[in-house]
Amino acid sequence: MSTATETKENPVSQNGHGSSHKQRKWQDYFTFSTDHKVIGIQYLVTSFFFYFIGGFLAEIVRTELATPDPDLVQPEMYNQMFTMHGTIMLFLWIIPAGAAFANYLIPLMIGAEDMAFPRLNAVAFWMIPVGGVLLISSFFVGAPQAGWTSYPPLSLMSGKWGEEIWIMSLLILGTSSILGALNFGITILTMRIPEMDLNSMPLFCWSMLATSALVLIGTPVLAAALILLSFDLIAGTSFFNPVGGGDPIIYQHMFWFYSHPAVYIMVMPFFGVISEVIPVHARKPIFGYRAIAYSSLAIAFLGLIVWAHHMFTSGTPGWLRMFFMATTMLIAVPTGIKIFSWCATIWGGKIELNSAMLFGIGFISSFLIGGLSGVMVAAVPFDIHVHDTYFIVAHFHYVLFGGSVFALFAGLYHWFGKMTGRMLNETWGRIHFALTFIGFNMTFLPMHQLGLLGMNRRIALYDPQFQSLNQVCTIGSYILAVSTLPLVINVLWSLIKGKKAGRNPWRALTLEWQTTSPPAIENFESEPVLWAGPYEYGIDSENEDEEDVEDMLTEVSAQS
Amino acid sequence: MQSSTVEDPKLALNYHKELKNEGTHGEHPDHRMLGVIVFLVAESMIFLGLFGAFLIYRSMMPVWPPEGTPELELLIPGINSIILISSSFVMHKGQSAIQKNDVPGLQLWFAITAAMGAIFLLGQLYEYSHAEFGLTLNVFTSCFYVLTGFHGLHVTLGLLLILAVLWRSRQPEHYSENSHFGVEAAELYWHFVDVVWVILFVLVYLL
Ligand code: HEM
Ligand SMILES: [Cu+2]
Repeated sequence: MSTATETKENPVSQNGHGSSHKQRKWQDYFTFSTDHKVIGIQYLVTSFFFYFIGGFLAEIVRTELATPDPDLVQPEMYNQMFTMHGTIMLFLWIIPAGAAFANYLIPLMIGAEDMAFPRLNAVAFWMIPVGGVLLISSFFVGAPQAGWTSYPPLSLMSGKWGEEIWIMSLLILGTSSILGALNFGITILTMRIPEMDLNSMPLFCWSMLATSALVLIGTPVLAAALILLSFDLIAGTSFFNPVGGGDPIIYQHMFWFYSHPAVYIMVMPFFGVISEVIPVHARKPIFGYRAIAYSSLAIAFLGLIVWAHHMFTSGTPGWLRMFFMATTMLIAVPTGIKIFSWCATIWGGKIELNSAMLFGIGFISSFLIGGLSGVMVAAVPFDIHVHDTYFIVAHFHYVLFGGSVFALFAGLYHWFGKMTGRMLNETWGRIHFALTFIGFNMTFLPMHQLGLLGMNRRIALYDPQFQSLNQVCTIGSYILAVSTLPLVINVLWSLIKGKKAGRNPWRALTLEWQTTSPPAIENFESEPVLWAGPYEYGIDSENEDEEDVEDMLTEVSAQS
Repeated sequence: MQSSTVEDPKLALNYHKELKNEGTHGEHPDHRMLGVIVFLVAESMIFLGLFGAFLIYRSMMPVWPPEGTPELELLIPGINSIILISSSFVMHKGQSAIQKNDVPGLQLWFAITAAMGAIFLLGQLYEYSHAEFGLTLNVFTSCFYVLTGFHGLHVTLGLLLILAVLWRSRQPEHYSENSHFGVEAAELYWHFVDVVWVILFVLVYLL
């Protein structure tokens, strides 16, 4: 992380006032820094750390499933593995990784010096390692076994302290994400440079606005559910325990009231990332700016009224199932609008098939599959058959991995130059993409069929007839494990030897590209200038427009 | 959207001016109050979740409170409600005082508010210690303790905020008519706790 010292090179800092800026020290990354860029990197590195742990657990799960018998780990251990895998991947990888991009990019994109509440921001970040270490420490007392959903009564019967640690950790991580969302929302709404109105801000900001609203409305309800669950677990109440007159279904309602919106909390930031990445590398204006922006809001709203589609088999009455089926299918509309807009943006563009774009296209195709299987499971009659089977596992990995993770990598290749001052290597990037894409599909595509054949999720022992497909999945997961090597090599190598990024390696139009790479401590040496909408890339007048971009950029830096 | 460069220096963020402030983070309009409001929205969602659960239990059970639940005593909580609600008005007088730059007034009214808050908490402790039922008797009693307890926790926090304001107000000039974010934040929080109590009182005690 010793890369952030190139501000000296930039021409702007020579006109006097630049010299009073402090220099970034590598130690900053290990302190309670309030700089949103440091915090962004802290989030990113921390979440990658947990990604590797979560991935390691997934490999144990897959290795166990290579054979029908529980031979690698005992069933109790298997439960702990997938519970921790799921929890870590969601709450310590995808959500913090989204926050990483939000922290790094929002102030830069809107021309601010920092977030609205820098200190709160740092507090929010430091809760992540605390919650994460706490969660992992549960292995010492027997990790939780009740899945990432932690349904009672199961969660009340399988290892008290592991479960309690899980609850505490989630409360900490949830608080962190509430504080983060508060900051993102207010920053976007109030700290834009004056010329930027809501409809000319980058789409990433729109998606973070919608995400923040969901976090603020949903996460507290999860906290309420967890508090009650904790009382059942520790104090012997029976809110959710049927033995004492309670009702586990109420937990499910409260849990999913948060956790369905949570899937949008996990994927919407990355919709935003894709909306930034694709126009730049297709050299075309985004298709349907307002459609994409407002569909985020529509998704956020609809996302709050679909939760019981997770409970079609929980004795939910018929009329209610109809309602939730209809609203769920309705979400496919705004989501479809986005997919069409991205495709239309790529269509006829001058596509540069670099790593960022490859991951972007990988995102669209995989997320499309996840979305389609989502509409399938939204249909009550179908869902009753595949509920709790591997079809579900396939579906949500296409959304979470094929969606969020692919887009995250696209964003990483896109903004790495901005964050560190050096570009990632293209060859390694493409190898990374190829391995990830092949490994991903090989791991999760066969799971659709396994689910349709009736293989249950969350089991260590299965019918031998499923073995061959499971072995395909397992081999795929090893390819996925290998796919992280090119990434790690690429990042380490590029940090030291990578090509210098300069201000604007992609000739992009959003404001973060108007400052140095990495940006100076308070982002812009001179006031950023909004001389074009975020996506006004020309294709009609051929090269002319492209030169315009260059011209204007030099103009901008000369002017200040 | 091809808007020109920033013409009006007053509109622009003060990149240059801010450098004089030892290079620390520049001034931007104070959004802390907005932050408090958004935070309270999130907080109210926790209560909404708890109240929602309470209402579902209520609607599911054939008899509510379930048979064998002793009657709730209304006298102490009733007095408590009156104290808490009136404390909101008392507190507002404190804010009005500081708007006239009257720090002793602020201190007086806030001290009274703090005392009222403390009385409320003591009343609740008294109620707990004299209740004829425990936490785990049935779903109703569990809800009773968790809801009132969680609310009590918020009262405690609000009380601490008020005490913090009092502590800081001893410093001359800390609060003035145009700078008293702490006062406003504590007051808003206190009103919030108050409103939650009214809903809670109706749901748990009266219905
Ligand atoms: C590294 C590649 C991955 C592999 C090989 C993998 C594999 C698996 C498998 C086989 C299961 C099912 C376990 C069972 O039901 O018995 C599972 C569950 C799960 N995975 Fe993954 N996964 C991977 C990545 C991810 C990612 C990136 C995410 C999220 C961002 C994720 C989130 C989940 C969740 C939430 C569960 C559900 C856990 C539960 O049932 O409680 N996984 N994973
Ligand atoms: Cu859902």
